Amino acid sequence: MQAFEYASPKTLKEAFALLGAQWGEADVLAGGTDLLSLMKDFVHTPKRVVSLREIKTLSGIAKAGSGLRIGALTTVDALMSNAAIRSTYPSLHQAAMGITSPQIRNTGTVGGDLCQRPRCWYFRQGYGLLAMKDGKSLVANGDNRFHAIFGSGNAHFVSPSSFGPALIALGAKIKLESATGAREIDAFTFFRAPKSDSERENDLRPNEILTEILLPTTSAKNATYEVRQKDALDWPLAAASVALTMSGNTVSKAVVVLGHVGPTPLVAESAGAWLAGKAISADTAAQAAAEAVKAAKPLSGNAYKVTLAKTAVKRALLRAAGMEV
Amino acid sequence: MADYKWPAMSTRKAIGQRVSRIDGVEKSSGRAKYTSDYKRPNMLFAAPVTCPHAHARITKIDASAAEKMPGFKGMHLLDKEGSTVSWAMWDIGYVAAETELQARDAARAVKVEYEVLPHVVHDHDLTKAGDRVKPSGEKIEGDVDEAFKQADAVSEGLYEIPTLTHCCLEPHGSVIQFNGEKAELNPSTQAVTAIQGDCARQLEIPAANVHVHQDHIGGGFGSKFQIDRWGLASAQLSKMNGGRPVKVYLERNVELTIAGVRPSAYAKIKLAGKKDGSITAWESASWASGGLTGGGSPPIPYVFTKIPNLRQTHQAVSLNTAPIRAWRAPNHPQASFLTCSAIEDLADKLGLDPLQVYLKNAGLTARPETYVRQLNKAAELAEWKKHYHKRGDSGSGHIKRGLGIGVCTWGGAGHASTARINIHADGSAEVEIGSQDLGTGTRTIIAQVAAETFGLPVSAIKVKIGDTNYPSSGTSGGSTTVGGVSSSTRKGAVDALGKLFEEVAESLGAPADQLEAVDGKIQVKGNPAKSMTWKAACQKLGVKTITVTGTNDPRQAPREGLNTGGVGGVQIADVSVDVETGIVRMNRLIAVQDIGLVVNPKLAESQVYGACIMSICGALMEERIMDAVTGRVLNPDMEFYKIAGIKDIGDIVCHLEIDPENDGRGIIGLGEPPAVGGIAAIANAVTNAIGKRVSSVPLTPDRVLNTLEGRA
Repeated sequence: MQAFEYASPKTLKEAFALLGAQWGEADVLAGGTDLLSLMKDFVHTPKRVVSLREIKTLSGIAKAGSGLRIGALTTVDALMSNAAIRSTYPSLHQAAMGITSPQIRNTGTVGGDLCQRPRCWYFRQGYGLLAMKDGKSLVANGDNRFHAIFGSGNAHFVSPSSFGPALIALGAKIKLESATGAREIDAFTFFRAPKSDSERENDLRPNEILTEILLPTTSAKNATYEVRQKDALDWPLAAASVALTMSGNTVSKAVVVLGHVGPTPLVAESAGAWLAGKAISADTAAQAAAEAVKAAKPLSGNAYKVTLAKTAVKRALLRAAGMEV
Repeated sequence: MADYKWPAMSTRKAIGQRVSRIDGVEKSSGRAKYTSDYKRPNMLFAAPVTCPHAHARITKIDASAAEKMPGFKGMHLLDKEGSTVSWAMWDIGYVAAETELQARDAARAVKVEYEVLPHVVHDHDLTKAGDRVKPSGEKIEGDVDEAFKQADAVSEGLYEIPTLTHCCLEPHGSVIQFNGEKAELNPSTQAVTAIQGDCARQLEIPAANVHVHQDHIGGGFGSKFQIDRWGLASAQLSKMNGGRPVKVYLERNVELTIAGVRPSAYAKIKLAGKKDGSITAWESASWASGGLTGGGSPPIPYVFTKIPNLRQTHQAVSLNTAPIRAWRAPNHPQASFLTCSAIEDLADKLGLDPLQVYLKNAGLTARPETYVRQLNKAAELAEWKKHYHKRGDSGSGHIKRGLGIGVCTWGGAGHASTARINIHADGSAEVEIGSQDLGTGTRTIIAQVAAETFGLPVSAIKVKIGDTNYPSSGTSGGSTTVGGVSSSTRKGAVDALGKLFEEVAESLGAPADQLEAVDGKIQVKGNPAKSMTWKAACQKLGVKTITVTGTNDPRQAPREGLNTGGVGGVQIADVSVDVETGIVRMNRLIAVQDIGLVVNPKLAESQVYGACIMSICGALMEERIMDAVTGRVLNPDMEFYKIAGIKDIGDIVCHLEIDPENDGRGIIGLGEPPAVGGIAAIANAVTNAIGKRVSSVPLTPDRVLNTLEGRA
């Protein structure tokens, strides 16, 4: 780990003043479950680390209008234990349950989950986000068993966020603040597939801090299903979050979002459209799942992830409909 | 000569008891100091300068920037300009600095230029390994072609088991102080006595000038026998700094890349059988890699060694990967997996229950009665009759359940060991041995043996190990420690007790050979009325201390009968496979293990549990993943080098064959045998569940789904 200056501001205003204009000058520290490993591996070598821990306004879950405001520094455990989340937004509760390490749930934050860097092993070994070497993709020519089946250009890593798919399905907004003001963007537009190594995998700018997540109220039945090999701490191989607005027994609107299969969470629009007007059954769930992965373009070693993504969608739909197998 | 033999099973008070390990509280509370916890006054740290290339020639080494870094205290190179580096993360030298961070920063600042050379890091596909493949001879027994012609069924399969790393929780490392003449070494080692000689040889000083001390070790599994390049380099850095202690510990990525792996094994195996299940011929073409020097053949056919007709070839593949080290039962898990997979595939071809095929062929093993007994016991515990179904006949749901079998064999006779026993006038009793406790419970075993001999509670025995000031004792490898230290302790304790009897014989009015030590007293045999307390007896020593050594000499051991070797074991796995995700869940792993005299059933069961967990990891998760382009290990971390968590293990059912007959054989080591059959059993259970053979372990979702969906 490269030596760095440590700052622990008490207010957001102080924090903004400590951030850099370019990536690499300063990194924001929340729970530290990702940043510290990035620094130990020299993937990040910030000159300054700005801890948010002393900014008390960033933690907690509160009512905001008809919806909920989740402070970025809210721990995964606090989210998981929240009664309103559990009752109205079970997809978030289930996503939190998928982080099967009590230590990480106690320390890791919701904002940190959204901002953590991809786990791509080429990226983590210092080959850059797109992992190009001599003009060729290390991922496409190497071991891509855990990589994207919905790649975007040379971006073959997968978005590691546990909450991203559920937040998109629920229509959440993400608040990004800087010294010059705040902007609220759709969770969907927060994630981006970079076109070059100088770009990031999300819309956050070096001088900004992700401060809160705004959840609209919802009556949609929602659920998350993750496929993880291990019951103990493990990265999902594929995940799906769904939100179903029902009209009686039939779906009037469905949002299906895939996780861990592309450089961003992916909205499977055709699957959502296909579900409209249908009742959820094992059969319709399976058909919608097949629709969701139709456009997948697996790499040399990850065709199996198409099946996993399909299974995740099917099981998330059944779970949302209370028909879990 | 004194009678050293073990007391009868029925009379034992300490041996055979489920004593909790005597250092358990110390370890579980964090008070136990591992060498990686050491902080010695004035201590420096050393960090490696590593090569990013899998194969390269060093053209230039420039340390000028590193020398200017804060805290820099010197560099010791193990290679020079012009040297060839043969695997990634190769440690070409070590840099010392005042703090660990400074050392790592300075090591990164050493500029090394390379001429990059072509590398090969994959051994799976021989056609891509080119001239790295070296064939060995062909072995033929009987008339193989005729046997295949006469067979009622022939199975053919490809079976693949990859390279694993040792992944010790405590990485490799040491603290060393060396002034050019004398060395003080705190290693993390499985070989307290032997590493003294290794250190002396490498530093070119007399062994008498090397003192070794280690309290605890956080895992070794066969990878921690030597001082290693990092120990040697840090010794030179210590010397360079006037003998200041230098600590070196590998970071996880270096640890998983260069500090020990288990060799791979691949084989195409053809088996011939008759309708009654008897195996009549074996043909195999195997290959393996253990790094640059290639890899030997696992001992196949395994356990069923007497197959009458046999043809075998083997090829060794040289890779640009770090070399193998012994890995808990070297080559046995691989051999068991290759052999038992082929046997169950043959059973399927014959339309027979695999259990019956194993039973039918027990005569092909060195211990037919043992394996028959164990197969039947394991089948009973696994409820084989209730749960067994034909391959793939597992119902219509997406969860498929299956059973499979794996077998093992091992030696495990005690190594050379000398124990020094001290009985003090205040009644305290010590055992001193230059041995080590790998976490198996060696300390506790020693205390139990001495306590049994002295008629004292286990808590009355002070055990001192891990130091070259104590008598020499063997390396903990090959499951040899328990037999070695128990026998040396027993012999020393019996002799020490004899001396104490001589001291008190007159007071008790009986000859020394008519005395016995029972329940904290010395008494006339069979006459508790004529007795004195242990403490009173020891007081008779006055200013003397009884100091006696006892030695286990493996050449004499068979005659003495205190320890022996040679065991068999059978494991049955019960798994559930989700065919929509390819995820395998363990329901149960049954381990039936042949064993000799068991000093402590609780510790013995713990060994079996640990071994089974290791097998589950190897069967379902663990593999070193290499990148063809960069030549580097892609998963040198504990995130993608996957190890089972407690939720992934299912139930482990351990059945130790503790009975008078086995007991009469003396002590046999148990570290390795239960770590052998699990992978085979799990792979067979998955095949039984899903109806298809997944060629390669670990049985990860990609491999299972690729097989189910026809991509394999």
